[in-house]
Amino acid sequence: MIVKLLSGDTPRSPVLAVILLAILVALAFAPFLFPGVRSVDTAARICIFIVLVASYDLMLGYGGIVSFAHTMFFGMGAYGVALASTHMGRGFDAVALGAVGGAVLAAAIAFLIGLFSLRVRAIFFAMITLAVASAVAVLVSQLSGLTGGEDGLSFRTPRELTPAFKFGDELFGVKLNGRLLAYYLIFGVSLVLFLLMLRVVNSPFGRVLLAIRENDFRAEAIGYRVVGYRVTVTCLSAFIAALAGALYAIWLRYVGPDTVLSFDIMVDILLMVVIGGMGTMYGAVIGAALLVLAQNYLQALMGVAAGAVAGLPVLPELMNADRWLLWLGVLFVLSIYFFPTGIVGRLRQGR
Amino acid sequence: MTAAPDHRPTMSRAGLGERLGPYLPVLLIPAIMLFGLVAIPSMSSWLTLTVSGLAMGMMIFIMASGMTLVFGLMDVINFGHGVFISVGAFVGISILLVLAHMTEAPSLALNLAAILAAVLAAMAATGVLGWAFERVIVKPVYGAHLKQILVTMGGLIVVEQLIIVLWGPEEIYILRPEALQGAITFAGAAMEKYRLLAVGIGAVLFVVMRYTLRRTKIGLIVRAGVENGEMVEALGYRLRLVFVGVFIAGSALAGLGGVMWGLYQEVITAHMGQQIMILIFIVVIIGGLGSVEGCFIGALLVGLLQNYIAFLEPKAALISNIGLMVAILMWRPQGMIPVVKAK
Repeated sequence: MIVKLLSGDTPRSPVLAVILLAILVALAFAPFLFPGVRSVDTAARICIFIVLVASYDLMLGYGGIVSFAHTMFFGMGAYGVALASTHMGRGFDAVALGAVGGAVLAAAIAFLIGLFSLRVRAIFFAMITLAVASAVAVLVSQLSGLTGGEDGLSFRTPRELTPAFKFGDELFGVKLNGRLLAYYLIFGVSLVLFLLMLRVVNSPFGRVLLAIRENDFRAEAIGYRVVGYRVTVTCLSAFIAALAGALYAIWLRYVGPDTVLSFDIMVDILLMVVIGGMGTMYGAVIGAALLVLAQNYLQALMGVAAGAVAGLPVLPELMNADRWLLWLGVLFVLSIYFFPTGIVGRLRQGR
Repeated sequence: MTAAPDHRPTMSRAGLGERLGPYLPVLLIPAIMLFGLVAIPSMSSWLTLTVSGLAMGMMIFIMASGMTLVFGLMDVINFGHGVFISVGAFVGISILLVLAHMTEAPSLALNLAAILAAVLAAMAATGVLGWAFERVIVKPVYGAHLKQILVTMGGLIVVEQLIIVLWGPEEIYILRPEALQGAITFAGAAMEKYRLLAVGIGAVLFVVMRYTLRRTKIGLIVRAGVENGEMVEALGYRLRLVFVGVFIAGSALAGLGGVMWGLYQEVITAHMGQQIMILIFIVVIIGGLGSVEGCFIGALLVGLLQNYIAFLEPKAALISNIGLMVAILMWRPQGMIPVVKAK
């Protein structure tokens, strides 16, 4: 049953299995295990980023395609929900329509970019996505009439998902309100999407993708249409990324260029994929959990470190909490050299 | 025994289109200027825009040429190229701020001397950084595009953060040297002096670069290396050294471009390189990856079009470049002047 649910792709390492199980349990019972607004918020972000990073891994780890437009797709889903909720009024129909609309648009744009660039050379895709994504980000901040510009859009989600909605008193000291429902909506959808992606990569389609990643020339010679497969996986990845964006918008009840479209998120995704492990869906889980936790809690630690070296030249600046990206960047480069398979690959090797 | 038939064989003369074919990319530049002339109502604003478009194009060319050559020669795609622009700008502008007594003096000679000092310092710094970047970041990942993109992107993040550590997170404002402020009027059109200088420097650099590539021995080796590296190595040349040299030169040029761009915008930030990289990618793609001439033409096209469109419809400026890229890729999917590899 469990093996079937995981599409036959078991963790294949006891340590990895324990870690994954711990993450699953922690996320499934997060509101009860770690009560408090901030920790539930962290848990929701982890769920959403797992989906986002896994969808990116679909492209990078399985398709061998580097894209820098993943935040653009993410943002399309988020803005889809925000715009639909603003114009159609609050309600689940608006949320669903916005999410699906954003996802379809994202897939369509991915199709166009893919057709243009993947036909010629895979590396064009990286550059073209970078250019298109930045153009879209500028466009979103300029079209302030539609998108709210730099300020973004605040909107109202269905009443059942807000803290004002109560459906019971308390359970284990946790208030049963709409926020809890929203969390479980996000957790549930994320879990389903993740299992779906696991299914995709372990299907014959996923095997062909792996063959293309390893040797596209040979895959073409065997008779698979490489461009077709690459474009398909790009569209699928964009579609799921947009759904993740929709979840993020539902959780935050706000969208803005900085929160859903900025290049920083793209960098985060890259770090999560590479550190977790490219080419395995479980890498996304570990990478996302690790980095979101680090973002929320490591910065405080660096502040302590900066205080410890306060008297010395330059060092306090290096330890400044705002400079944590520097250390992550170093970690990123090192992990590409020394652990190209990431944490998951390492754990699986060492069994 | 008759002489050759006095009619000409029909094959000997190619059609107009065929003879024009190789020159089409170059002809695009006057074509786009003509488009500007038609679309922009007043002649004087057209002239102003054309000069600023050319200036912008020349600066983009200076920054992009290194990247395209590095790709052509060694098949290395450097996403971290933008960071050399930022570093160059920060080093150069810092020197200019130190030399404030020279830049504030109303003498052109002193101003130019200050700029020259800043440019040399910036080029030296980015050259050294490029050498280090090549050794530490790029060398271990030869031959793997995917890893190259990721690793150079990582390098970009690290160096960008180091800039913030050294210079602080705030943007730095700078005024252009005294003698280069303001504009001169020609035929009713105002042309900023600095832009004219940028056009001049860019044109000289292009000519020098073309001369080096076409007429000198090292240029011959580089061009042969682009076409067929293995053969050049078989002939006894150490292509690896040539490549490192080209990488350093390309980084230094990016540094030069960074100083010029910083003075053009009059403000510098650690992220400026990343922002310009978007234009550079567009230029490199439409020119044909690896081709210096294509890069030059592409840069001028992008610069001109961006300035014309920004005047006609400000919000469409960035989109116009994407549109240009799409149009050119539909016409020639490998870029305007594709690099032919003997493989």
